Amino acid sequence: MRKLIYLGPLVFFMTTAVYFALPIIKGKDPRILPSAMIEKNIPDLDLPPLLETKPGIDNQALIGEIQLVNFFSSWCGPCRTEHDFLMRIGKSNIVPIYGINYKDKQKAAKKWLLDLGDPYERIGRDVDGRTAIDWGVYGVPETYLIDKQGRIQYRHVGPLSESIFKEKISPVIKVLRKQTNG
Amino acid sequence: MAKYQLFMLTLAIIVSLPLNAPAVEPSEILQNPQLEVRARNLSQNIRCLVCQNQSIDDSNASLAKDLRKIVREQLISGASDNDIYDFLIARYGDFVLLRPPVKATTYILWYGPLFIFFAGLLLSVLFLIRRKRIMPEEPLSLEEKEELSILISREKEG
Repeated sequence: MRKLIYLGPLVFFMTTAVYFALPIIKGKDPRILPSAMIEKNIPDLDLPPLLETKPGIDNQALIGEIQLVNFFSSWCGPCRTEHDFLMRIGKSNIVPIYGINYKDKQKAAKKWLLDLGDPYERIGRDVDGRTAIDWGVYGVPETYLIDKQGRIQYRHVGPLSESIFKEKISPVIKVLRKQTNG
Repeated sequence: MAKYQLFMLTLAIIVSLPLNAPAVEPSEILQNPQLEVRARNLSQNIRCLVCQNQSIDDSNASLAKDLRKIVREQLISGASDNDIYDFLIARYGDFVLLRPPVKATTYILWYGPLFIFFAGLLLSVLFLIRRKRIMPEEPLSLEEKEELSILISREKEG
């Protein structure tokens, strides 16, 4: 029985090895960071509109409803990848999307929406990227889920897709809806 | 020969100079040299979240440039170094610091290796002490001495 103690270092090594190997095996991308803004109130913002037909975005606009806030830019490749899916969400009544146009030229952004369609409830222009920094954005596209009280509940880095939405965002929306109804 | 060596040395220095260049652009540099020194020092401790293993002082990413600007603006408006770190941590988490802060969740990171080293040292010492107790150094018995001399003489003959 006493001899078992010599297995100690081996067990210690195996545990550590498994701990470090798991994220690699699962294919977790270490560059994707957890948000420091979860459960925090949305930062102060007051963004001018991109289009004449829709108002810009301020804090008032983002409080009172469960919604997505999507940082996008016409120069951003992955934003194009997710755009079709955003259009589908926009057409359905699942959840409204607010767009924040990150460090973009107004003309280019308008053309982008004209060509690909406009899924957004409202769009605000973040010309110098300061609003994005306040939200902890480190690369477009990023999408935030906001609850009725205007708190950030989830952040997704990179392009959205149906599977990501179903797996990560839908469940949170369901929980939030239950909380407010119950 | 000396001329050639001098030439090669100069060439080596010229070629390696850009390796030292920070990403800070001339237009970003502050008028006040003291503030600029603080800005450079802060920037070297802040991670560029796009490139992740570079500081914002080294990185050309546009986010790094924006963060360098914010650091300098806040310095001008009188913020302390900690104010600026806190501002960034609130938005990007502790990961924005290249040096993880020492706190309850990072004790393992900071003190784990030290703990393992001393635990190993302690175990080794205990092991050596115990071994000595189990196998005390006794002188050879008569029989063993005889056997030993036989073995030695056989070795010599062979």
